[in-house]
Parts: sequence; structure tokens; C-alpha cells
Amino acid sequence: MSIALRELRRRPGRFVVATAIMTLIAILLMFLGGLLDGLTKGNTGAFRAQRADFMVFSATSQDSLVRSRIDPAVRARAERAPGVTAVGGLGSLQIGSRVPGHGPRDLVPVVLFGYELAPRGLPARPPARGEAYADDVLRSEGVRAGTVIRLGPQRTPIRVIGFVNDTEYSGQPTLWGSLGNWRAAQDANRPGSRVGPGVTQALVVRGGTPEAIDRATGATHTLTVDGAIRKLPGVSQQESVFNQIIGVTVVIAVVVVALFFALITVERVALYGVLKAIGASSGTLFAGVLLQAVLVTLAAGAVGAAAALALDAVIPPGGIPFTTSAGRLLASVAFLLVAAVIGCAFSLRRVLRVDPAAAIGGAQ
Amino acid sequence: MTPALDMEAVRKVYKSGGEEVVALDHADLAVGSDEIVALVGPSGSGKTTLCSIAGGILAPTSGRVVVGGDDISGYSARELTEFRREKVGFVFQTVNLVPFLTARENLLVVDEVGRRTGRAARRRGDTLLEELGLADRANNLPGQLSGGQKQRVAIGRALMNDPVLVLFDEPTSALDTKLGEQVVGLIREEMKRRGTAAIIVTHDERITHHADRTAHITDGRIAA
Repeated sequence: MSIALRELRRRPGRFVVATAIMTLIAILLMFLGGLLDGLTKGNTGAFRAQRADFMVFSATSQDSLVRSRIDPAVRARAERAPGVTAVGGLGSLQIGSRVPGHGPRDLVPVVLFGYELAPRGLPARPPARGEAYADDVLRSEGVRAGTVIRLGPQRTPIRVIGFVNDTEYSGQPTLWGSLGNWRAAQDANRPGSRVGPGVTQALVVRGGTPEAIDRATGATHTLTVDGAIRKLPGVSQQESVFNQIIGVTVVIAVVVVALFFALITVERVALYGVLKAIGASSGTLFAGVLLQAVLVTLAAGAVGAAAALALDAVIPPGGIPFTTSAGRLLASVAFLLVAAVIGCAFSLRRVLRVDPAAAIGGAQ
Repeated sequence: MTPALDMEAVRKVYKSGGEEVVALDHADLAVGSDEIVALVGPSGSGKTTLCSIAGGILAPTSGRVVVGGDDISGYSARELTEFRREKVGFVFQTVNLVPFLTARENLLVVDEVGRRTGRAARRRGDTLLEELGLADRANNLPGQLSGGQKQRVAIGRALMNDPVLVLFDEPTSALDTKLGEQVVGLIREEMKRRGTAAIIVTHDERITHHADRTAHITDGRIAA
């Protein structure tokens, strides 16, 4: 092992190419992961913020918030479902808004949510009529506490009274007010989709079970919050596409490590012959190859992580949907380490086949 | 005293292109515990094969090989690896030092590939370098050493595990006559000082006077 370490230290030039390629792969991997996380974060924040066990949609809505409608009678039945401890209505309106400082045609897309059960970071009692909390991302649009945002063609005024973090929805910043606020804005700006008194798009529920709730209402489809997140348009597909690209990148890392260390092993056949002749086992020699591959990968991973963190720091809020997390960075390094181990395995056969007799010219 | 090597009726047959090639044919060789034997023969006579079998690098096709009292004839590959690590030393024709390790580290490689003894190995390495006149070259890489110095480092490496038998494969082939003479003189001096047995494989009759005995090998047969 220490022979392998000394080679890395004294002949770093030998490993520069592999380290450089692995670093580029690490950066690509972490960039892809950061983009996926950023996109997912921007699409799902409003649901992730829900402090509830389940989300209830109307049975015919295909679990779409926009299509779903829950009337007061259904809600009352849900409240009586076994085990249910709290139920709150939820409504959303995706709409263009006018923000002071922007031109009259420079609309800022927002999603106005009406809530009853407070999501994470919001007060238990929803704000008064005409007031709302804004997602932090809106700061990048010049929104401050006290700013009046005007929604839709009717320019429905909403005064921002505070901010909440990580509640974006469908890649858009959100405003959080009362259900009354939501109904008023919906009715004023979407006259074709007016909602009656007491009607909400969905329910957020604490306690009970999906089966019990759906049985009690007879007209709903209940999902866990995670399940509802997966049903958000594009989220699963986006995740699947990115994960496939990440998978291909890991395969490329396997190929790079396999080729590089296979080449290095071929170059070392004579040296390995001598070391075997003086008593080194194939396992010891392969462990050295593995150690070098792991260290090269860790170095590449460290540079990649530093690059990802730097990128995250310089991207302004509301810019590229990119976010880094310790979990993502560690997972990327773990993927690369697995790739390094698999790649190295291709050298194992060659190490096993090295004949110590070659060291003294006795191989026949 | 237990002989360093006792080979009886050793045969080694290789398969080559569907035909059998007999490299060693009922070879008998005994080497005393502190004896130096020069094994002389032309190219292809089987001397390297004999050396490889005595050192546990190759297994014989038949016959009996006892090194330092251990019958290694039926050893598995794993047992032979351990045997080589602990019982024999090698000095190869092309020296074959690890190019990115210093002289001292090249000696310590023997400890690192086996059960580490750490400080004891470092002490032994330093002692050997001192005895071989390489104390001031301990931290030099092989590329910074002369041919003779490299050969001395290789001898030191072969002695690191305190072997019962050291096998020298053409130790002077890469050296000029004068240096070759010095190196073989050094081998004799070091082996005798330690009471260690050695086989020097060579085709150079001029260096055989440094050995206690010369064994001639031709077509896989030994004529002592």
C-alpha cells in the first residue's frame, strides 16, 4: 500500500491525465445533480413545505392541483375519517403579476396559494385579506416587505408582509395568503374557473390513512405528500432523464478508470513480477492499484465539490435552478468511488496473471 | 546442520505448441547451509528454471525440493508466495529496483509486502545499507545510483528477510568485467559473513572462483 502511495507522491505526473478526466467527470456529475436538485426544489417547494401527512385530490383530477376541486361536503366527510386530526384547504393560482420597478408588460410569474394548515415557515393563522407572505426568490425581483404586487389582468393587489423560504412551485415563486385571498384572486382573474364558497383545490390532512380518507369521502384520491410530489407534472420524468444522464456519466467514469489503470498495470508487469518474486501477493498488488484509483477519485471529487459549491455561491437567486447539498456531493463522490472500484476490477485479472518467473526470465 | 537446499530427481516439463520441453531432467543438487554454489551452463540449459524452482517461483513437475528443511515440492501458490517472502532472497539479472523508491525504501519493500515488522525492519535496512557501503546513498532513487550501487541495493533487498538461501540470477551480466568481479567478491563476502547459502547462476566461468563449488548444467542435467 505504501508503495502505491509513494508512487502517487513521487510520480504525480503519471496520474495527472486520469485525475484531470475524473475531475471533469466529477464536475459534470455534480453539476447535473445540482441542476436536478435545483429543478426539483423549484418545482416542489410548495408541497415539501406542507406539514401534513397526506394530500387529498378529487378522484377525477388525476392528482392535479389545478384540476382538482373539493367541495365542503367532501371536506366534511374527510374530517370525519378515522384517525384524521386536522384538515386544511389548499388552493393555487398560477398567474402573471406586476411588481413595482418592472415595466407594465414585464410580468413576473407567481403562484398564489391559499392555505389553512400552515406550511413550514408560515404563521398558523393565514394573513389578512389582501396580504401574503412571499417566497424569498421574489427578493431578486425587487420585492420587499410592504411591496404591493398586482395579480393578473384585474391587477388584484397583494401586499407582501414577510418572506418564506423554499416554497417555489412549478419553477415559480409563490405568495401565501388565506383561502379567501385565493378565491378572490381566482374569481377576479379567472372568471371561467370561479370557485364556490368553501371549495378548495385540495386538502392537506394530518392523521388517518389514505384508504380511510378515500373510503370516507367516496370522491377523492389521497396521496402521501411525497406521493403528491412525484405526481407533480414533469417531476418524475425530469428526475428519470437526469438520473439516466448521471448513470451514463458514471459508466464513462468506469471506462476511464478501467482504461487508465489497465494501461498502468500493463506498464507495471515487470515490476509486479519482481514484487511477486519477493513475496508480494496478487491481493497486495491489486490493493495498491485500488488505493491509487480511490485517491485519484477522491481528489477529483474534492475539486468537483469545490467547483459545485463555488458555482452555487455565485449563481444569483432566481437564476439557474442549481443547488448543492452535502448529500448530493457525497452521493456523487460515492458513485465515482464505485466506478473506480469497478473500473479497477478490470485490472485484477491482469495482476493475477503476472508470473513472478518473468522476473528472473524463467517464464516459459 | 540442515542444508540450505536439497533437490532430488527434480523434473520440469513445459508444454510448448503441443510438445513437451524438458527443462530439468532428474536434477539433483544439494547446497550446504553456508555454501556458495556457482551454477554454470549455456543459454537454455535449465539453470534459470532450476533457480526458479529452488526459489519457489516455479513448481517442479516431479521430484523433491527441500529448502531450509521445508519440503516445498507440494506447496500451493499461496504457500510458495509466503515461502519466498520468508525463506529466500533474489537478486535479478536486471537488478529491478522499484524506480520511485529510495535505496532504503527498496529494502523495506520486503517488509511491506509481508507481515510488517516496522521498526525492526527499518533497523535491519539501515544496518544492511551501512554494511554494503550505501549509508550515504540511503535516500537516493535508483536513477541516482551507479550500476554497482544498484546491484548492492539489490543484494541488500535479498538479505532483508534473513533468508536461508539467496539466488543470484546472472548478477554480473549487466556490469563490466572489473565491476562484475567486485560485485561477486562482495556477494561472497556478504554471504560468508552471514553464513548464508547462495546459488549464483552464471554463464561466466571467470567468476566461478568466488564460489565454493561449481555445478555445471547442460540440457537440464547437472554434473557437479
